[in-house]
Amino acid sequence: MGLFILRRLWVMILTALALTYIVFFLTNLYPNLEKLAKSQGNFRMTDAQVETYLGNRGYLQSTPLKYAQWLGVAPGWVITGTDGETRARCAAPGAAAETATTFCGILQGNWGFSTVFKDGVGSIVATRLALTGKLMFWVMVLMVPSALLLGVLAGMREGTRTDRALSTVAITTTATPEYVSGVILIAVFSSSAVGLKWFKGTATSAMENATFENFFLPVLTIALYGMGYIARMTRASMAEVMTAQYIRTARLKGVSFPNIVMKHALRNALIAPFTVIMLQFPWLLNGVVIVETLFNYKGFGWTLVQAAGNNDIELLLGVSVVSVFVVLVTQLISDIGYVYLNPRISVS
Amino acid sequence: MKQVGCTPYARETQEMKDIYDGPILEIDVLSISFFTRLREIPAVMDFSVKVMPGEAVGLVGESGCGKSTVALGVMQDLGKNGRITGGTIKFKGRDLGQMSVEELRKIRGSEIAMIYQEPMASLNPAMKIGKQLMEVPMIHQGASEKEAYDRALQVVTDVKLPDPKRILDAYPHQLSGGQQQRIVIAMALMSEPALLILDEPTTALDVTVEASIVDLVKDLGRKYGTSMLFISHNLGLVLETCDRLCVMYSGEAVERGSIADVFDEMQHPYTQALFRSIPLPGADKNSRPLVAIPGNFPLPHERPPGCNFGPRCDYFEAGRCDQGTIRMRPVKGNDRHETRCLRFEEIDWNAPLAAAITKDKGMIGDVVLKMEDLKKYYEVSANALFGKSGETKVVKANETLSFEARESETLAIVGESGCGKSTFAKVLMGLETATAGQILLDNRNIESTPIERRDTKTIADVQMVFQNPFDTLNPSMTVGRQIIRALEIFGIGKTEADRRERMLQLLDLVKLPRAFADRMPRQLSGGQKQRVGIARAFAGDARIVVADEPVSALDVSVQAAVTDLLMEIQREKKTTLLFISHDLSIVRYLSDRVMVMYLGHVVELGTTDQVFSPPYHPYTEALLSAVPIADTRVKKKHIVLEGDIPSAMNPPPGCPFQTRCRWKSQVPGKLCETEVPPVRRMADGHQIKCHLSDAKFAEMEPVIEIAAE
Repeated sequence: MGLFILRRLWVMILTALALTYIVFFLTNLYPNLEKLAKSQGNFRMTDAQVETYLGNRGYLQSTPLKYAQWLGVAPGWVITGTDGETRARCAAPGAAAETATTFCGILQGNWGFSTVFKDGVGSIVATRLALTGKLMFWVMVLMVPSALLLGVLAGMREGTRTDRALSTVAITTTATPEYVSGVILIAVFSSSAVGLKWFKGTATSAMENATFENFFLPVLTIALYGMGYIARMTRASMAEVMTAQYIRTARLKGVSFPNIVMKHALRNALIAPFTVIMLQFPWLLNGVVIVETLFNYKGFGWTLVQAAGNNDIELLLGVSVVSVFVVLVTQLISDIGYVYLNPRISVS
Repeated sequence: MKQVGCTPYARETQEMKDIYDGPILEIDVLSISFFTRLREIPAVMDFSVKVMPGEAVGLVGESGCGKSTVALGVMQDLGKNGRITGGTIKFKGRDLGQMSVEELRKIRGSEIAMIYQEPMASLNPAMKIGKQLMEVPMIHQGASEKEAYDRALQVVTDVKLPDPKRILDAYPHQLSGGQQQRIVIAMALMSEPALLILDEPTTALDVTVEASIVDLVKDLGRKYGTSMLFISHNLGLVLETCDRLCVMYSGEAVERGSIADVFDEMQHPYTQALFRSIPLPGADKNSRPLVAIPGNFPLPHERPPGCNFGPRCDYFEAGRCDQGTIRMRPVKGNDRHETRCLRFEEIDWNAPLAAAITKDKGMIGDVVLKMEDLKKYYEVSANALFGKSGETKVVKANETLSFEARESETLAIVGESGCGKSTFAKVLMGLETATAGQILLDNRNIESTPIERRDTKTIADVQMVFQNPFDTLNPSMTVGRQIIRALEIFGIGKTEADRRERMLQLLDLVKLPRAFADRMPRQLSGGQKQRVGIARAFAGDARIVVADEPVSALDVSVQAAVTDLLMEIQREKKTTLLFISHDLSIVRYLSDRVMVMYLGHVVELGTTDQVFSPPYHPYTEALLSAVPIADTRVKKKHIVLEGDIPSAMNPPPGCPFQTRCRWKSQVPGKLCETEVPPVRRMADGHQIKCHLSDAKFAEMEPVIEIAAE
């Protein structure tokens, strides 16, 4: 098992390198840099001025070299610019270039500087991720049990009224994207249009102090979408398991129906949806972007929107690294969990 | 008080078990129907059977005759669509149909237990064996975990599984098929049920494993005094296990009585036809061919009026057999022997088979195919899924295979699963290439030419008939189109019209109506599909046909017809037939020579008579003893092999058969464990791979003897 995890970690690191390089390459395309120069310097720069500006700040080195510096495996640039000033990649803002360390990259814990928030990318990502983590946690708490319950209830007696009713609910929720369900939920539960002012339409206050009132709507919006999907998967898997011969064996052994479902069917039925649940994490990141913007909850997704909108290259890169990492870690957990659920697969 | 079986509830049921002495199971004029949107489909009609305490009753019939429906009816587990539409099922005098769900649940597993056809599918793959077993006493006797574990350990020991503790801690997929079936049996016996229902318990198993399972079931039945309802299509198996039997045809019981009465004094034309269509010792493809039952099994909603068997019956009398309802009638002079035939008193049941057309034996010609020291090894990595490099194991699927096959000869290749017979077929077909040795087809080497590089002629010459006709036809192409496609590939016929004509001729050859050309495979029955498979194989005038268990997926009455067809085409086309099978009865019936394989080795090779009479290879001897024969006159020596077939990945050293051989002690020293035996030439063309001395071989007695009439 240890060896298996080690092997997977190795693959993960390679994947992360490849993916971040792609993001790095795309964000460092010349038009992006030009935009950056103009927004940081002034908007009336001529092409030649842009070139000097970028050259002085190390942006015109070759992409692999810049990538290596960003990673922290190549020494950071120290350039004496055409304006006579010496700048260094690793110099803290305002500090002299001479005091800078040689290496400064992700590996040294230096994530760069956000041009939008005027703050270190590392600290921004950490605080925003914590906020989104809180949101995600409650989404999972709400979504997974209700989805499994929905799926198991629907699948254990296929074709019955319960099954049809629950399936309809599941299909409806999963067919409604977050930007639709979010707007509807706000309109119904927090606007004066319907008048049920049960919840707050904004989750800004939930960042410091999350209460049921200010946090439930964003959580519900994300959970609803994922719930239908997981419920459908669970239902299909459950329905299939319930027709298996070993379920008949259990039935004819005198096992009661609740026990058949709980002891015999559930574990087998969860093998397939488990992977799907784990795949939901990356999907949630996606939903988070919309929902956080919609409810003005300044988490990870909101930060991504800001970074992308303002061409904040370093922040964008930091966000991508974290996203890539989340995806890969959940996949690792999914593989390991799968082995535990399914005894027919072994990793020795 | 702490022991299992002493809790108050258990004592109560125990008393109930003891007090009651009437029939354990009494099914009276039972009718079961399945309801679909279109119509009601009667699956079982007017069915009665009685099982007395300690009695084993066999339920015999072909697929679709309703025998499994009866079993599920007893269990009251007919699903959403099934319903009992008439009659009663009484268990120990209580009507099962009137019981509440809760009462039924108490009876299931504790008083009535069931053993299923596919052990792998009927065990929960994600639950440890121990837990699955322990559940039974925990539900029914309220036993504690410790008590249940002790009981499970005891029962697993009872079903003769080695290392019971380890097995209780294993998952089903870690056991072999035979071991899994023993676990299913153990599960059924956990609470010592009064009635055991066995639904084709050995169909998915190998013959020698089947023999040991049957032995076990008989022993345990005796030990616990359990009554049994044994469902099978195999008459031989029923003869070995049951006291009484009931023959079913198209949802009805057609004959019922003791084994001796039904086997020796059958009183129903269907029973007679069934016996005539199975290869018993003495049947011969040339002088005493099998008689297939004409026509097809009626579909449940297309049953004829009057007698269901009428349209296929030799004794059919219009105006009498096709009128009204026919009831079971007792046969005078026999104990509880009944038949559903109006004419049984008029028919001369002992009349010799009139239709026995003797056929000329085909002349065996020159050598067409020759194998010399053929070897096929596979390299597998120890862990296929998360495989890491380095560790590989060699599976020796075929080990020094040498034989010759001649024109119009039938060479049977016999062996159980894992013996390498299918690998050999793959190498011959070119789906795999040989590791060493040579295959000579008309003195040309073909062993290392994969099928993509073989010329059309060679491909057309060597063809195959597959085991499962249900999976080997393309479901979305008409039958005719599939045969024409084969003709196109073999380059036969210049125009489309030519090929169509040739295709129709092929349908004639396999005795299918020409109208079938435009049908889809799903509209055909199993036997008809297999005929299409044969037509396809012979499309390019194949000279060598490898028939891989061509009839084992088919019903008994259809088997005879398909076998016959193969023989007839062979006679006409002078084909060399390599007949792969595990069924020794059919091998004895149709083959000229037999090759017995075990773990990749050819252990015996000779003419059919040589192989079926002593001296035997010890494995052949056990194999012969294991095959159930549906003839009361046959006396068999009882040899049961212990254990399972070793894995080909990890074969035993020395003789491959030494782990299970009963003659091993007769060989001096440790020869069997250390050296692979030499090939010994016994008589002309008869060879055995064994260390036994000539004197020991001479001592061997025949396994199968037919008592004088």
